[in-house]
Amino acid sequence: MTEELVVNIGPSHPSTHGVCRMVTTLDGEIVRHVEVVIGHLHRGIEKMAENRTYLQVVPLTDRLDYVGSMYANWAYCRAVERLAGIRVPERAEYLRVIVCELQRIASHMMSVGPAGADVGATTAFMYTFAQREQVVDLFEQLCGARLTYNYVRPGGVSMDVPEGWVDNVRAFCRSHPSAMAEVDRFLFGNVIARQRMKGIGVLAPEDAVAWGASGPVARGSGVSWDLRRDDSYSVYPRLDFDIPLGSNGDCYDRARVRLWEAIESCRIIEQALDQIEPGPVMAEAVPRLITPRPGEAYDHIEGARGSLGVYLVSDGTPRPYRMKVRSPAFCNLALVPMLAEGHTLSDLVVILGSLDPVFGEVDR
Amino acid sequence: MSFLWGMLWGVAAVMVIAGGAIVGVWWERKVSARIQLRLGPQQIGPAGSLQMVADVPKLLFKEDIIPAAADEPFFRYAPLAVFAPIAMSVAVIPFATGWAPFDATAGALFFLAVPSISVLGILFSAWASHNTLSAIGGVRAAAQMVSYEVPRSLSVLSVLVLAGTLRPVAVMDAWEWWWIPATFVGFIVYLISSIAEMNRGPFDIPEAESELVAGYFADYAGIRWAVFMMGEYGGMIAASLFGAAMFLGGFRLLPGAWGVVAFIAVGAVLMTIIMWMKWTFPRLRQDQLMTFCWTILTPIAIVQLFAAGVIAAWL
Repeated sequence: MTEELVVNIGPSHPSTHGVCRMVTTLDGEIVRHVEVVIGHLHRGIEKMAENRTYLQVVPLTDRLDYVGSMYANWAYCRAVERLAGIRVPERAEYLRVIVCELQRIASHMMSVGPAGADVGATTAFMYTFAQREQVVDLFEQLCGARLTYNYVRPGGVSMDVPEGWVDNVRAFCRSHPSAMAEVDRFLFGNVIARQRMKGIGVLAPEDAVAWGASGPVARGSGVSWDLRRDDSYSVYPRLDFDIPLGSNGDCYDRARVRLWEAIESCRIIEQALDQIEPGPVMAEAVPRLITPRPGEAYDHIEGARGSLGVYLVSDGTPRPYRMKVRSPAFCNLALVPMLAEGHTLSDLVVILGSLDPVFGEVDR
Repeated sequence: MSFLWGMLWGVAAVMVIAGGAIVGVWWERKVSARIQLRLGPQQIGPAGSLQMVADVPKLLFKEDIIPAAADEPFFRYAPLAVFAPIAMSVAVIPFATGWAPFDATAGALFFLAVPSISVLGILFSAWASHNTLSAIGGVRAAAQMVSYEVPRSLSVLSVLVLAGTLRPVAVMDAWEWWWIPATFVGFIVYLISSIAEMNRGPFDIPEAESELVAGYFADYAGIRWAVFMMGEYGGMIAASLFGAAMFLGGFRLLPGAWGVVAFIAVGAVLMTIIMWMKWTFPRLRQDQLMTFCWTILTPIAIVQLFAAGVIAAWL
């Protein structure tokens, strides 16, 4: 009988993608048991929201998924709008779609590159981060912030696009697919990367559904579920786009689905830019102190990590009675023990990376 | 007197290797930056060439941290046990006609055998750190380095069979240009197994930063860490120069003093290729690495050795 070794990975570790602790029991190189310990980044955002006005909560949602702040902004704002019955102008809806698809590209770049870095291909990381940098620059031109935007507000967006911004976005959307094709060739075409990622951490479609996985994690397993199409919101019904699906449900498929989604996002942005009309970007007469009637509302959007939902309860005061975030990263992270047990220690970090957790959203 | 002389030689050798490592680190930073859409060092000196001159004092003056749980004597001296054998192996490389710093009769054997001692230093450092990640890294390193000895030695052996001697200086005297095509497959095997031998990417599994943080030297800081790095670069320099000499003709490529220049240049090109591979390829997994060694590299090396033997017998 071999002696098992308990290795503590994290919370400060290069490939836990944030502050995650994994108590791993190893038999030689083989992972026998993993226990994911979360909560290192818990800030009590849902509780803090109860003591702030509806408008003051928006910057808090920025800090949920700090890689995809636009999504959290939007999901929250949709819940508020549903609760308070606010109608959003069309131009604002288009702008929300554009910034969220840009955000999806930025977020997926933060997953595809590190998927390479997890298997040791640090060069892929630099290439995808160069693309992400361009998106972040676009956001900086748009709203002045590079990470926590506070751009989507209840009733619309905080400001209209600056001069020349649309041309910059178009230029980016033209150059991005070829950059992705290059990454696809030198990372996903590489013989070692394929050996390291194919057949590792296979997630069966039934398991993906049963465990509540969503986003690229579920689509990597071939589960065709995308809220943009299946529970269509905003102006998505007017846009034509494909939903890339994986077939094997392994780390390779999950990472590659993200790469193709980033290319599809460019298509969506280009169509949205063609369709967008001038007009107001904020609903009229939205009060500073939004005071919805007592009631509750839930709304969800397709974030970069999956179905991101916000549940709000109002008791008729200017502050939410309760906010609850349905976090896709949290649900996806629960898969780690199931996927990793039986694989080697080296595969464990690849599997964790392929689920693309962001711990701001896991711990909230 | 001869003891003093030996000391002087030793200091000179360490200085040369340290200098080579400094140039190597700067060059690697430039090469990797070029591959990765970055600029690399550029502020200190022209093209950042003095960056390492600034980095070395920084490393020297850093606090020498020894973890409380570490086995102190082993922890302290393990870096030397890694570096010294690698530095020693440089001595048998033939630099010019009839001259190697240490002209040993069994020099090629010396070159293959002595750097293997550094695996002991790696195990010392891994175990003495009293850290689970280091321990895993140390065990991985031991398995990897001992395995890759086999294809590496077999590939060098194919040249030695053609030359009929173990003495590197004599190999260079006997060298003929057609050895390059005749042992080219062996050269590829030598290059790959040398990379695995010095634990560099894509075979840097013992130090795999994404899973083991830095493996066996995760707990080292300051100058002790730098000695590990010098060991890595020393190994790279030694392997590149020895490969350039044995497989590619070394200083015999050009006549006279130009030969030494050509030798160093070919060695530098090999070093650049080793860096290029590190920054281009992902890392293998431990089991894939061992499978690659025993089922692909070793059989190829044996076939190459057999072919070299047939050629040598036929001549």
